[in-house]
Amino acid sequence: MNRFLTRAALGAIAAIFISSAAMADNATLGIRTEPSSIDPHFHNLGPNNGMLGQIFGRLVEWSPDMRTLIPRLATSWKAINDTTWEFKLRTGVKFHDGSDFTADDVVFSFNRADNYVGGNSGFRTYTKGKTVKKIDDHTIHISTKAPYPLMPNDMATVLILSSDAKGTGEKDKNFGVSARDFNNGSATIGTGPYKFVEWKKGDRIVLEKYAGYKGPLAQPWDKMTFKFIKSEPSRVSALLAGDVDLIDNVPAEDIATLKKNNKVTLSQGVSSRVMYLHMDQFRDQSPFVTDKNGKPLDKNPLRDPRVRKALSLMIDRASIVKNVMSGVAIPAGQFLPEGFFGRSQKLKPDPYDPAAAKKLLAEAGWGDGFGLTIHGPNDRYVNDAKICEAIGQMFSANGIPTKVVTMPGNVFFKRANGGPKSDPEFSLILVGWGSGTGEPSSPLKALLATYDNAKGLGAANRGRHSDPALDKLLVQALTMVDDTKRGALLAQATELAIGKNYGIIPLHYQVNTWASRKGLKYQARADERSIGINLIKDK
Amino acid sequence: MQAAGVVFLMSLLVFSGVFLIGDPVEMLIAEDAEESDREMVKRNLGLDQPYYVQYLRFVAAALRGNLGDSFVFEEPALLLILDRMPATFELAIFALLLAIVIGIPLGMWAGLKPESISARTIMTSSILGFSLPTFWVGIMMIMLFAVVLGWLPSTGRGPTQSFLGLQVSFLSMEGWSHLILPAVNLALFKLSLVIRLARAGTREVMHQDYIKFARAKGVSRSRIILVHVLKNILIPVVTVLGLEFGGLVAFSVVTETVFAWPGMGRLLIESISTLDRPVIVAYLMIIVLLFVLINLVVDVLYSVLDPRVRLTDVKG
Repeated sequence: MNRFLTRAALGAIAAIFISSAAMADNATLGIRTEPSSIDPHFHNLGPNNGMLGQIFGRLVEWSPDMRTLIPRLATSWKAINDTTWEFKLRTGVKFHDGSDFTADDVVFSFNRADNYVGGNSGFRTYTKGKTVKKIDDHTIHISTKAPYPLMPNDMATVLILSSDAKGTGEKDKNFGVSARDFNNGSATIGTGPYKFVEWKKGDRIVLEKYAGYKGPLAQPWDKMTFKFIKSEPSRVSALLAGDVDLIDNVPAEDIATLKKNNKVTLSQGVSSRVMYLHMDQFRDQSPFVTDKNGKPLDKNPLRDPRVRKALSLMIDRASIVKNVMSGVAIPAGQFLPEGFFGRSQKLKPDPYDPAAAKKLLAEAGWGDGFGLTIHGPNDRYVNDAKICEAIGQMFSANGIPTKVVTMPGNVFFKRANGGPKSDPEFSLILVGWGSGTGEPSSPLKALLATYDNAKGLGAANRGRHSDPALDKLLVQALTMVDDTKRGALLAQATELAIGKNYGIIPLHYQVNTWASRKGLKYQARADERSIGINLIKDK
Repeated sequence: MQAAGVVFLMSLLVFSGVFLIGDPVEMLIAEDAEESDREMVKRNLGLDQPYYVQYLRFVAAALRGNLGDSFVFEEPALLLILDRMPATFELAIFALLLAIVIGIPLGMWAGLKPESISARTIMTSSILGFSLPTFWVGIMMIMLFAVVLGWLPSTGRGPTQSFLGLQVSFLSMEGWSHLILPAVNLALFKLSLVIRLARAGTREVMHQDYIKFARAKGVSRSRIILVHVLKNILIPVVTVLGLEFGGLVAFSVVTETVFAWPGMGRLLIESISTLDRPVIVAYLMIIVLLFVLINLVVDVLYSVLDPRVRLTDVKG
């Protein structure tokens, strides 16, 4: 009441307060990262995939927790033989401009994504080597050369646009529809539950409900406004001031205070992202491995799996989760948290056991210890620099004097990755990996398969781990269409690569936190997307 | 001529500077992308070429008025910046006006009655304006006016209207309510500066012979202050504010970040973190031009304020 009087007294200024609170069916979301484009095939990036999935449809959609695939534009799918998948398409679906959705649109979109010119890493990873054929208006066949079990997972990535989309771009480039045609809305015609209204770069994106929507997704709001607020304290205060209904990426240090605030609801969910250490496993003289006095060594202890295991046992994961991550993380022993497909039931997070670590080091001939430097980014993951420091201290306390060096991601990743012409620069790094396919073949392929530029394997194998037995298992798993058998093979590969050989040392899975005003809640997404259709009323 | 030299030298420095940091491809590409995709993005962006080729290409395009396409958005960098420029200028101009309109009277008051309690209060507060970090003050203002009192919105820019072909927000009440907090936040530092300049100037001028003479002649006190004193203290204020305005526009980064104001400063900071080189280079080039221009305007203003200053060189 008081507040109302104050406003009335302020006369004209009060007019400002006709905000989201007054019109219950509009939602305003304060999110950290702005998409880089409205073109669905331009950039395979979390914020883009999240935002655009509300405007355009995919054949298949992940459930928010990424445990199950939901039929979206496809109603069913099956492998009709070893190398061909059949997708049945939903009937009666209409694009935002009223035209019918048919197999032609799928073929068109697939080809546009596959042949995309320009852009920043599109979806070729998911379209490469696949041929889409229209059988009838509502049936397509997708074929590959070798058996390809991940077809439904891959179809949860490429967004479908109308084959009638007209643009102003060059005729032979991206079918004449350029990113700019999407950014200004003229070509932004999808089948999703929301229509594109406007994008004011650096400020907001506005979407409105599509009355003719047909499909499995909810439409909880009439209008959704996404505001981009990069600064953490500003995002939190925007929520507290009632200017937005939801914020994402709640800073870990604010969670405790917000929990006590009875005007705020917190929603949390474990993400498919694992934080891990990668170690130089290919050089005999590793640049940042030294003796205890800082002199270079002619032998690289990190090549010995026993040493890597010893390092893992020196890490007190529970303490990192509690003290560094303010409790919003879960200790990890493999690539994906509980409940995901292809996970090993045997692997558990390593306990903190300095005695066993010492014994292993002695066995490996490094009982006197050695010197290390841990490198990591300081602006890429939640508390990344602090995790590096904690690990540095734990190693140092257990006879491995460790220096900690962190740097901005834009400098770190180039040096950590190396490439066809240069080797990765560091000896031990902290990085993270979110599995886009919701199962462990993506990290196994990228992080631990032997680095092979031509085959596209080990693209993020920054320690150049290499194990022929693993490579063989992986090939088997990647072509095994039978789900049960593939799951077992993936679990077996994980047990070999992490449980036995410690190709990487998993630390924890990030837990993501969203905060909404009381009366609303967010269906936490394992893929870390912040989208309006998962913001729902709390009963 | 000199200005063109400065611009050229700047282009070389800026281009070399951003060329040395990191790899933009790593920032753009999806983490599960394969090496072949990486190579393709590199080729698309022209990053597979050696440094001097990249620079010559840039200069050749820049001479035709094209400062390159943003790596992140694949739209012309210049347009991206121009698109955001009105927001930043609006903020900077209002901050500057606030600083002048409030700062000069306060400073003069403090200069006229240096021993009074009010003058001491003004001077002490101006120290706070100098020393408190913009970032912290911004957050505190949000906490007070948006969260606790609920009077003003905490974030973003209000609805915009077209004004002389530019998108501005000061034509509506809601636009104003969004503008006030960031403008005050940005103005605080300049305000303190103006107060100090005006005070020092007033104290100096008051002891000049022409003031004493005017007084002896019986000119009214208000005329002395408003005409003789004000005009004479304006010269240092204009000099400093002219240069500071460039600073306001170019480096309102902190305020824009705290208030999620969609201006150029935020574009710059985001471009740096994603290594969007064309935008960084284009931005700095524009800022260089802006400073050159402001210097010119300040010189012209001088001659208006002080007839002794001539725009032509005095032949010796």
